[in-house]
Amino acid sequence: MGGLTNERSIAQYHRMPPGSQPPSLYEPYRSTVRRSPTKPLIVLPHTLSEITGPLYGHEKIGETDNDLTRQHAGEPVGERIVVTGRVLDDNGRPVPNALIEVWQANATGRYRHHSDQHPAPLDLNFTGAGRTLTDENGSYRFVTIKPGAYPWFNHYNAWRPAHIHFSVFGRAFLTRLVTQMYFPGDPLFAFDPVFQSIPDEKARQRLISVFDLETTQPQWALGFRFDIVLRGRDATPFEA
Amino acid sequence: MDLVPTPSQTAGPYFHLGLTETRSVKCIADPQTKGERIWLTCRVIDGHGAPVNDAMIEIWQADAEGKYNHPDDAQDKAGETTVDPAWFGFGRMPTAEDGSCEFETIKPGRVPGSGKVLQAPHLNVAIFARGVLKQLYTRAYFGGDPANSEDPVIALVPPPRRQTLIAQPDALRPGHWSFDIHFQGEQETVFFDV
Ligand SMILES: [Fe+2]
Repeated sequence: MGGLTNERSIAQYHRMPPGSQPPSLYEPYRSTVRRSPTKPLIVLPHTLSEITGPLYGHEKIGETDNDLTRQHAGEPVGERIVVTGRVLDDNGRPVPNALIEVWQANATGRYRHHSDQHPAPLDLNFTGAGRTLTDENGSYRFVTIKPGAYPWFNHYNAWRPAHIHFSVFGRAFLTRLVTQMYFPGDPLFAFDPVFQSIPDEKARQRLISVFDLETTQPQWALGFRFDIVLRGRDATPFEA
Repeated sequence: MDLVPTPSQTAGPYFHLGLTETRSVKCIADPQTKGERIWLTCRVIDGHGAPVNDAMIEIWQADAEGKYNHPDDAQDKAGETTVDPAWFGFGRMPTAEDGSCEFETIKPGRVPGSGKVLQAPHLNVAIFARGVLKQLYTRAYFGGDPANSEDPVIALVPPPRRQTLIAQPDALRPGHWSFDIHFQGEQETVFFDV
């Protein structure tokens, strides 16, 4: 059969480098205490079940799906921004047709969500949800407004740094990634257990978008770059 | 490998806004999909035995012939290299107040595992939630299926914990199955490092 797979051999995806991902249990983030496994995970050799996954090349993306400022009659209040970047695998190859879904708070730090009780105003012109597909170079682009920081109940005077939630579907169920994008220079990083849960300092920095003058549009919007790296694999099948 | 994968972060309590409010998928199988129709109720329970009402469950599965809708699945099944045309294979639902969500689908066929061994029919399950910093992976097998005893993944699990991977049929409602996911405790579900 040849190629990347047959019934006998599967090209295994790379394992995550130590420290690059948060642990399941990180006590300063209190909700992890009752929601993290206590027994060791069982390492699975990759089979067809792990290396396949939903592919979204034929999805229809609506005209305003990637422009969160044009989903209502008027414009949302806030600092207009462009967020753009590439989705690559860990070999540096672009991941085309990756479905990216985003959600975020409005400029006041309030989500349009029934369980968000933060007493900050909602914005009738802002839902805070979007989606897009990467192109053949792995590139994507959103237009939105900068979300506000918001308080939460993790500890006394706890505030989340401003962030946009990202959900990414790559080529396999095991490359699935849900993460958060942050903004450069946020004074709340040092106090945020969600951000601090990532052990490796360099890995943590990869969640901070980079201000980019080239993406910035004169008289219109600041630009931020956020590249996303998904797990990749070697081309040679591993004889299982 | 030149680059390091982007770190995961929790989906948080508001993921519904971006993921399931408009894009939940309860029916994995269309009415015309071939196979034995099943209804699977998944329930998520935390370390104090409380239902988790703000989790999201994603399911990825093969069709009734044991073939995934994906170009890397090159299996030639029954002389056809194409998957059932009515088949995509993905579902996702948020949990409700009682920690549960239901999927309607078909029982998948057997797919190859490592070596020549066929795996028993199973659903691949990923769990996202507030307090879950990176998604947890598990599998739902089907109670009573004779193939379970020769499944190479079940064989990796210490025998006392294997039953946490087995969905149970509802004796009163044919075709209905339940699968409980315990983050912790005596019944702690087996999670996989994939
Ligand atoms: Fe958030």
